[in-house]
Amino acid sequence: MNDARAIMAVLASVPDPEIPAVSLVDLGIVRDVLTDAEPARVLITPTYTGCPATAYIQLAVREALDAAGMADVAIETRLSPPWTTAWITPDGREKLRAYGIDPPPASTALNSHPATCPRCGSNHTHEISRFGSTPCKALWQCDSCREPFDRFKCH
Amino acid sequence: MENALFTYALRLGDDSLVLGQRLSEWCGHAPTIEVDLSLANVALDLVGQAQLFLGYAGEVEGKGRDADRLAFHRDVLAWTNCLMVEQPNGDFGRTIARQFLFSTWQKSLFDGLAASKDQRLAEIAAKAVKEVAYHADLSAEWVIRLGDGTEESRARMADGLDWHWRFVDELFQVDAVVEALVADGIAVDPASLRPVFEARVAAVLAEAGLPEMKLPRAILGGRKGHHSEHLGHMLAVMQHIPRTYPEAVW
Repeated sequence: MNDARAIMAVLASVPDPEIPAVSLVDLGIVRDVLTDAEPARVLITPTYTGCPATAYIQLAVREALDAAGMADVAIETRLSPPWTTAWITPDGREKLRAYGIDPPPASTALNSHPATCPRCGSNHTHEISRFGSTPCKALWQCDSCREPFDRFKCH
Repeated sequence: MENALFTYALRLGDDSLVLGQRLSEWCGHAPTIEVDLSLANVALDLVGQAQLFLGYAGEVEGKGRDADRLAFHRDVLAWTNCLMVEQPNGDFGRTIARQFLFSTWQKSLFDGLAASKDQRLAEIAAKAVKEVAYHADLSAEWVIRLGDGTEESRARMADGLDWHWRFVDELFQVDAVVEALVADGIAVDPASLRPVFEARVAAVLAEAGLPEMKLPRAILGGRKGHHSEHLGHMLAVMQHIPRTYPEAVW
């Protein structure tokens, strides 16, 4: 039987297909690993309902598990409770910032909080578009260094 | 009532899919790149909702039809979407009018559906409502910006709303399917949604400086498969590849 930690370690090596700086574990896409019964089960959750990466993520998890000799581990998709940006790990938030994406605000209001420029750290920023290059991101611009940047939408 | 749950899930999926397909016609044609991205993102969310609702409808039906089968291999008379979503995009004002009315309605519908006694519908609604909140917000902001903008933008926004008023009543239509499922605690009672919808619409119109809505005689029929000519043309575009090559895979 595979133990949960070994499975989690494999999953932590799978990058998100659209933001490869963070893993599926960092983003909270991996909800849980259940080893109470055979076969062990990995519970994953879609971020956005229509996220085109969802099918790819399922495939990437399967391939990573197979490559690690865990072909018997099953994958299940769970919708409830719905994924939220609150599940992004502290480590994941730092990786997002380092990658140039302002991590989501802690508040649940629709992006009311000003973004922090991931390049210069300024809070003098404004939203250019609430819908960005992927469903999970909005487009912002820094008024201090003038650089545009992505912000992870609060969800 | 037999098959009521199937029909209800199908309607929810059809609404989302038809509007998602319509909106994606804007891709590459919207007034600015930010608007282009926004409309494409909203379309994507709607198609995602449709996958979940239609997938569930197929499971409930139990005849082996999955979401793709229902989306691509049904003729126009078998579609149960409301008439508003199949309307041609028109200009940007008309597209925004439709989005504002639909998303405002869908937001309160999904808020209610998240408490459905049907676990799957509740899960899908709870997930999707977080995205619909963005759609409702985006379109309301545009109603205000256009209504409170230039003479031209105001006229177009008013025209867009005029076009869509007659399809509003259908959103709240009650028939035997809805009645049966409301009694079981599965569907949301449309009557309970109406005050929330009307209050929100009135507030946004007031902020936009647009006149109050006066609903004309309702046009109904979408839920029974009585569609405008527009839907058939849209489905022809959407379905012709999977119908020409039924076994094709990516």
